[in-house]
Amino acid sequence: MTPKRLLEADPELEQQLLTRREAIGRGARTSSSVAAGLAMGSVPVALAAVAKDAFAQGGLPGVIVDVLNFALTLEYLEAEFYNRGLAAPGLIRQEWRAQVDQIRKHEDAHVAFLRRTLGSRAVNKPTFDYTAGDGSGNGPFRDVFTNERTFFAVAQAFEDTGVRAYKGQAAYLMDNRDILVAALQIHSVEARHAAQIRRLRNQKAWIVGDSRGDLPPNTQAIYDGDDNRFHFILAQPASGISMTHSFDEPLTKGQILRIVAPFIVGGAP
Amino acid sequence: MPNQRREDMLPGDTVPISTRREFLRRAAIATALVSPAAFTGCHVLGAAGKNKLDFGDDFGLLNLMLVLETTEVRFYERVISAPPRDLRPGEFEILRDIKANERQHLRFLKRALGPLRVKVPASNFSSVDFTSRRSVLETARNFEDNGVATLNGAGRRVKLPEFLTIAGKLVSVEGRHAASLRDMLNPGSRDFAGDDVVDENGLDRAITPDESLRRSSKLLVNPPRIVGI
Repeated sequence: MTPKRLLEADPELEQQLLTRREAIGRGARTSSSVAAGLAMGSVPVALAAVAKDAFAQGGLPGVIVDVLNFALTLEYLEAEFYNRGLAAPGLIRQEWRAQVDQIRKHEDAHVAFLRRTLGSRAVNKPTFDYTAGDGSGNGPFRDVFTNERTFFAVAQAFEDTGVRAYKGQAAYLMDNRDILVAALQIHSVEARHAAQIRRLRNQKAWIVGDSRGDLPPNTQAIYDGDDNRFHFILAQPASGISMTHSFDEPLTKGQILRIVAPFIVGGAP
Repeated sequence: MPNQRREDMLPGDTVPISTRREFLRRAAIATALVSPAAFTGCHVLGAAGKNKLDFGDDFGLLNLMLVLETTEVRFYERVISAPPRDLRPGEFEILRDIKANERQHLRFLKRALGPLRVKVPASNFSSVDFTSRRSVLETARNFEDNGVATLNGAGRRVKLPEFLTIAGKLVSVEGRHAASLRDMLNPGSRDFAGDDVVDENGLDRAITPDESLRRSSKLLVNPPRIVGI
């Protein structure tokens, strides 16, 4: 989305930025990064700067920083994974490389976006063990960068996890709607990725029941509870299997961290 | 499913109810949803009137989704009842799954809205060639991309955390549909999450309710107006 389209889409954001612009016009004290962002006409830069300003003034609650750092950790995990996969000679067949590269591009962009938004509060990238070996490099996915099948199995695990992770955190971001909407915009991109990886693997693009499909049993926690049919206070009446692939379900931060812990050397943060 | 896990998953658990007023507000809405019969005046919660979608509360969003999902279901039902002859292997099954998903979404919305439900305008599919795979898939793709962008944009104004969670449960399924349809239209390309919908920050689109209706307007006879924003 171009900056112009973001402004069109978000009149409130526009208003907020215009207010900033007026403030700058009036010579109000505004950080140079906000001014720079506006001068460049770059909404995302300005957005990140607004968030940073709010934080500098003690306005960005710790809970939002925690959520964004949690998201950043997952994005680090995905970004390095696709970069290493694409760099591994002969791993990914030629006709799939462009699609994987498109996902890689987005995960890199998510890392950059979250780091900019968090500024000095951004956590550092952990060291990853993509074999899920707790740092041993000898876990159940030990051929992840030499066996295409394993690589795409892990990719599906990461993407389906990412969708459920963002979904579970959205409600914590409601005090900052710019950040909330950005998180939702990342969330639906993760869903697109998940669908495509699943399709490449000859799986349905949507999760049926709480089925992990052909993934190994150690991934089941990623799918547990996705057969839920209680939404808000309503139970969706049973009517066949379509009921459960019509709603994606959230997972809590704790549930997600338990899923990704084996991939993070030294354990989950 | 064990009780404990279901408790974990309840959206109400994701954000604690912090004030008495918040509790009462949610209880009022819960009551309205559980016993629509006890609920005589739709205006109590500022529901939408005739051919208007009132975004003064979250029911505006749910009603907008009702309009979009109803239109989608009518579209997919027509496709499934008489599919284009040039569909490729496996594509009918995908469209049938998508239809089933949208029907479930619609079912949820109808029950959640109860008496607050607006009358959905008639559909106008004159722009769709139901005998053409491409026309059908492109129409479907537009529905799904629009649904994603609408629900993302709704994050700016949704008030109850529970409804934000519901929007989240729907939007990623719409995203999975959109990616699939895009890949069917241009197999093996980057289009499933193409640069036309995902920007340089890796962000999907987010649009206002007005923009959402505008993009759907050619498929709606006498589209409703958005008020209360």
